[in-house]
Amino acid sequence: MIDRFSMVGHWGIDNLRCFGKAGILFYRVLFYAPNFRKGFPLVAQQVYSEGVLSLLIIIVSSLFIGMVLALQGYHTLAKFGASQELGPLVALSVVRELGPVVAAILFAGRAGSAVTAEIGLMKATEQISSMEMMAVDPLHRVISPRFWGGFISMPLLTIIFNATAIYGAYLVGVKWLGVDAGIFWSNMQSSVEFHADVVNGILKSIVFGIAVTWIAVFQGYFAVPTSAGIASATTRCVVYASLAVLGLDFVLTAMMIGEW
Amino acid sequence: MSMPENLVEISNMSFQHENGKTVFQDVDIVIPRGKITAIMGPSGTGKTTLLRLKGGQLAPTTGKVVVAGQVIHELSRKKLYQLRKSMGMLFQEGGLFTHLNVFENVAFPLREHTHLSESMIHTLVLMKLQMVGLRGTWQLMPNELSGGMARRVALARAISLDPQLIMYDEPFTGQDPISMGVLVKLVRTLNKSLNLTSIIVSHDVQETMQIADYVYIIVNKKVVGHGTPESIFRDASKQLQQFIQGLPDGPVPFDYPAVPLVEDFLRG
Repeated sequence: MIDRFSMVGHWGIDNLRCFGKAGILFYRVLFYAPNFRKGFPLVAQQVYSEGVLSLLIIIVSSLFIGMVLALQGYHTLAKFGASQELGPLVALSVVRELGPVVAAILFAGRAGSAVTAEIGLMKATEQISSMEMMAVDPLHRVISPRFWGGFISMPLLTIIFNATAIYGAYLVGVKWLGVDAGIFWSNMQSSVEFHADVVNGILKSIVFGIAVTWIAVFQGYFAVPTSAGIASATTRCVVYASLAVLGLDFVLTAMMIGEW
Repeated sequence: MSMPENLVEISNMSFQHENGKTVFQDVDIVIPRGKITAIMGPSGTGKTTLLRLKGGQLAPTTGKVVVAGQVIHELSRKKLYQLRKSMGMLFQEGGLFTHLNVFENVAFPLREHTHLSESMIHTLVLMKLQMVGLRGTWQLMPNELSGGMARRVALARAISLDPQLIMYDEPFTGQDPISMGVLVKLVRTLNKSLNLTSIIVSHDVQETMQIADYVYIIVNKKVVGHGTPESIFRDASKQLQQFIQGLPDGPVPFDYPAVPLVEDFLRG
């Protein structure tokens, strides 16, 4: 019995320690920013490898999501004679929910896992230690640029996701199923509010960007420096980041709708 | 202010890992300036941990580690990084940055810590690479180098800021005889020509004894012997002789500690 209590205690302490380490890492990344001259090229490089290189998966997925949404939505709306509402249906679901959430989950799978694996491997191959011994802080040189790169990329990817998904819905709804283009766009314009829908969606993506990149850099930096350790850190990054995105989405939606 | 005679002084130091495993108990080591000091011992005795303690990457549980007159584990982050600029460390696998080519790897500390012009950096990097005989590899990526070459490039990078102390972590492990000979020669020549203080952590007895001025042998958490290589070879202590002659059993047992064999069999 005592053993079980002590196991629960150990588990609790380990988890708290983990949260503590993650908190300290986050604090140091936020408040010990590297100087602009050295930091900017590194961040730009990360925006390229985390953001630009994620474009393909974001564009292809969002195009298909928009197309499927239009196809499904059209047939359901048509039953009620409301197929002219296809534009608002697609735009609201994408801009408010699907865009930020799916883009963040794809980002966690594409860029988050790459960041974790890269940092973990740098640790396993003593690159992080050698950097420390050369009096270069790996938090400034490695962790911080990756965090800020993800922070900048995530909202931009979400905007691209939203636009492509709506374009996909336009292709299916207007070009294929014959919804009138004027009605499609004008209903969308009159139903979607810039602040309540578009801005709130982007705010969500900023929060998701912070959560995903924070989890990715933490898992990489504290990975056990072995092949098994890096493999499990990469898996944990994707699982935790996806769960965090879904959980945060509920909290943020509740806050934005005004229930909290 | 005159410089202390010993660059590193470890006194009464004990170190325990987070998991409770004790690595060192009451260890005293001094590293004199300008000499090559070897720290030797069987695998798993914590030799690399000792280098990390000297570099301030770990803090001792008790005791003191003084480097260049400063207690390294009590320094602020800023002062620690300042002190590290005067140290170089050669890691077992080199620790080269895989996304940078040889030139950029060696230039890395110079770009980070100096404001030298590009042409000056170019000259310095090629000079350092020339010292280790690898000027011709400046365009290659680390994955195009052999293990021995990667270590030499890492050595060029470690000396790029002209440190006063250089630490080698198992520099000769896994090298073919030619690479080993090259590295032995390099360690000796660099120490002499750059007036460095070198610490070599190794278990390659022959190669290390050839170049070391002074040797410490660590077995089972403690320093079991120290002296010049000649005196170590003459030492009658069983622990020392087991290590030097490579005897499979002795004070360092062949068997890992375990419950009696009968008990283990009966449990199944």
